[in-house]
Amino acid sequence: MAQPLEKVDRRDAKLALAHLFVAFTALALGGFAGLLQTLVRSGKFELPAGISYYTILTTHGVLLGLVLTTFFIIGFQFAAVSRTTGALSDGSRRTGWVGFWLMTIGTAMSAFFILTGKASVLYTFYAPLQAHAGFYIGLALVVVGSWVSGFAMFAHYARWRKTHRGQVSPLLAFMSVTNMVLWLVCTLGVAATVVFQLIPWSLGLTDRVNVLLSRTLFWYFGHPLVYFWLLPAYMVWYAVIPKVIGGKMFSDSLARLAFILFLLFSIPVGFHHQLLEPGISPFWKYVQVVLTFMVIIPSLMTAFAMFATFESYGRSQGATGLFGWLRKLPWSDARFFAPFVGMLFFIPAGTGGIINASHQLNQVVHNTIWVTGHFHLTVATTVVLTFFGASYWLIPHLTGRVMTKAMNRLAIIQTIVWAVGMTFMSGSMHFAGLLGAPRRSAFSTYGNSPQALEWIPYQIAQAVGGTILFIGIILILVIVINLAFFAPKGETEFPVAEAAAPYERAALALENWKLWIGLVVALILIAYTVPIIDIIQNAPPGSKGYKLW
Amino acid sequence: MHIHKYEKIWLAFGIGCLIVFLTVVGVSAFAAGQQPPSCLTTIDPEKVDSTPPFDHPGLVKKGDKEYELNIVVAAFSFTPNAIEIPKGAKVTINVTSKDVIHGFEIPGTNVNMMVEPGYVNSLTTTFDKPGEYTILCNEYCGAGHHMMTARIKVVE
Repeated sequence: MAQPLEKVDRRDAKLALAHLFVAFTALALGGFAGLLQTLVRSGKFELPAGISYYTILTTHGVLLGLVLTTFFIIGFQFAAVSRTTGALSDGSRRTGWVGFWLMTIGTAMSAFFILTGKASVLYTFYAPLQAHAGFYIGLALVVVGSWVSGFAMFAHYARWRKTHRGQVSPLLAFMSVTNMVLWLVCTLGVAATVVFQLIPWSLGLTDRVNVLLSRTLFWYFGHPLVYFWLLPAYMVWYAVIPKVIGGKMFSDSLARLAFILFLLFSIPVGFHHQLLEPGISPFWKYVQVVLTFMVIIPSLMTAFAMFATFESYGRSQGATGLFGWLRKLPWSDARFFAPFVGMLFFIPAGTGGIINASHQLNQVVHNTIWVTGHFHLTVATTVVLTFFGASYWLIPHLTGRVMTKAMNRLAIIQTIVWAVGMTFMSGSMHFAGLLGAPRRSAFSTYGNSPQALEWIPYQIAQAVGGTILFIGIILILVIVINLAFFAPKGETEFPVAEAAAPYERAALALENWKLWIGLVVALILIAYTVPIIDIIQNAPPGSKGYKLW
Repeated sequence: MHIHKYEKIWLAFGIGCLIVFLTVVGVSAFAAGQQPPSCLTTIDPEKVDSTPPFDHPGLVKKGDKEYELNIVVAAFSFTPNAIEIPKGAKVTINVTSKDVIHGFEIPGTNVNMMVEPGYVNSLTTTFDKPGEYTILCNEYCGAGHHMMTARIKVVE
C-alpha cells in the first residue's frame, strides 16, 4: 500500500490560498496595465478618457512588483512551513490571518489612491513627488502585515526547534525563515522613510523632506527586495524540483550555505542603484559594488547544484555521453518545465545584473529601458515562471484536486508563450536601452530627435511581446482558476526532495541565527554608517512636496 | 561541509574571475579616475536662479577647447534648451534641479546622471563627432516627463 501523502493542514491551506488568491488577482490587473503600457509606447495607441500613462505604470509596478510577489511568497511559505514542520499553532495561524488582512487592506487603500490619480508616483515613490498620504499609509500597512506574518513563521519555527532539539530543521522551513529575516531587516529601511519622512510630510505635519536620505533608505530596501522575490524561487529549485523529476537534492548543507550568503550580501548593496547620484562619495559606492558582487558566489553554487541534480538523475536513469542526461528529464511535466525555462532565462538575466551593478558600466544603461528589460527577465520570467510551476502542484494540493493532462498541456503551452513573449519584449527593451531609450516614459519622439526615431521599431517589438505575454497571463489565469475550483477532486503531492547524502553536522551550525543576524547588521553598519551620517550632516535645504501629474 | 571536487573547481574559477573583475573595476575607478558622477556640492533648490553659476545658465569658455556647460533642470524643461558646442571641446556639464528628481541623458554618448534638488551633479565629456544630440530626462518627474528635452549641436 502506498503511504498516505503528507499534507498541509486544511486550516493552513486556507490561509495560503487566501494569499494566492490576492496574488493572482494582482497578476490579472497588473498584467492588463502592462499590456496597455506596451501599446502606448508603440506610438500606435492612446489611452482613452484622459487616463494617464503614469497612473497605469504605477498600477503595474505596485501590483506586480509588490503585491503579486509578496502575497504569493508569504502564502507559499506558510504552506511550506506547515508542510515540513507541521500544522501551525492556532496562535500562529491567527497571527497569519492578521498579517493577511493588514496587507490586503493596505493594498486596497494604496490601489484606491493610485486609481483615483492621487498617487502617480510609480512604485518607487521618489520624493519630492508627493502622493496622497493614504498611498503611503496603505504601503506601510502592507509592510507591517508582512512583518506580522513573518513573526508567525518565526514563532512556528522556534516551537519546532524547541521540540526537536539537536535536529536540523527541514530545508524548506529553514529557507522560509532565512527569507523572512532578510525581508524584516530590509523593510526597516523603507518603513523608516515612509513612516518617519513621507507620511508626516504628506499630511502636512512637516514641510520639507531630505530627498537623498529618503532615496537611500528606499534602495537599502529596493535591492534585497529582489532577493526576497528570488529566494522562494530558489526554494522550489533546491527543495522541490529534485523530487518532481524523481531525483535527489544535490547537497542539503550547501543549499543552506547559499541562502545564508544571500542573506548576508543582498542588503548592504543599495548604492549600486544610486551610482549616478550626487551627494554620495564614489568610495562608498565602490564598497557597495564589491559587496553586491559577492552574491555571485551563492548564485554559482545554485547553478551548479541544479545542473548536478539534473545530470545525476539522468545518469541514474542510464543516460550516457556528455549531454545524454538532458533527454531523461521530464520535459512534458509542467511542474518541471516552467521552472526550468525560468532557470535558463536567469543566465542572461544574471549577466545583465552584473553589467548594471558595475561601477562604470552602469552609466551606459542607467534609467534606460535596458533596466526594465533586465528585471522582466529576473522577476517576470525566472521568478514568475517558477511561481507558476509551483502553483501547478501547490494549488491542487491545497484545494484537494488534481491537475488534468489537458491542464498540464496548457501549462506547457503557457510556458512557451511566456518565453516567446518575453524574448520579444525584454530583448527589444535591452537593445533599445543600449541605444539610449529611457525607461518609465510615455511615447515620445523628443521633437523628432534622430536618436528617438531609431527606438520606434524596438517599441513596436515590445508591444508585440507585451501582447503575447498578455495571452500568457490569460492562460495562467485559466489554469489557476481550473485548479482552484474546477479540477477533479483528488490528492496531489506537495513534493519535498530528500538530500543525496545524510545531513552533515555543518547544517546545524548554519542555524546559528545570532551569528548570521549579527554579521548582517555588521555588514550593513560598515556599508552605510559613514555615508548616511554624511547625507544627514551635509544635507541641503529640504524639499517641499510636488504633485506634477 | 562536503564540497564535490567539480564544485570546488567551478567555484574557484568563478571567484577567481570575480576577483579579476573587481580589481579591473577598482583600478579603473581609483587609479584611472573613472568614477561615476558623484558631485558633493549642495545648493538651495529654491535659490537656483540666484546662485552662480546657475544664475546665468549656458556654455562658458574656460580655456583652449575647455568649456563649462551649466544647465538648470525643472519640470519639464532644460535651460538653456538649444546649445552649440565646437567639435572636440572638452565640456564639464553641471546640472541641478529646481523641483523634483530628474535625469540627464544624452543618448548615443555616455552622458548620464541623476539630477536631484539640493545637489549639483557634474561630469566631463568630449564631443568629438559633429551633429545633433538630444538631451532628455530619464527619471520620471510627472505628467510632462517624456516631453522634457533639449538639443546640443556640435559644430566644426
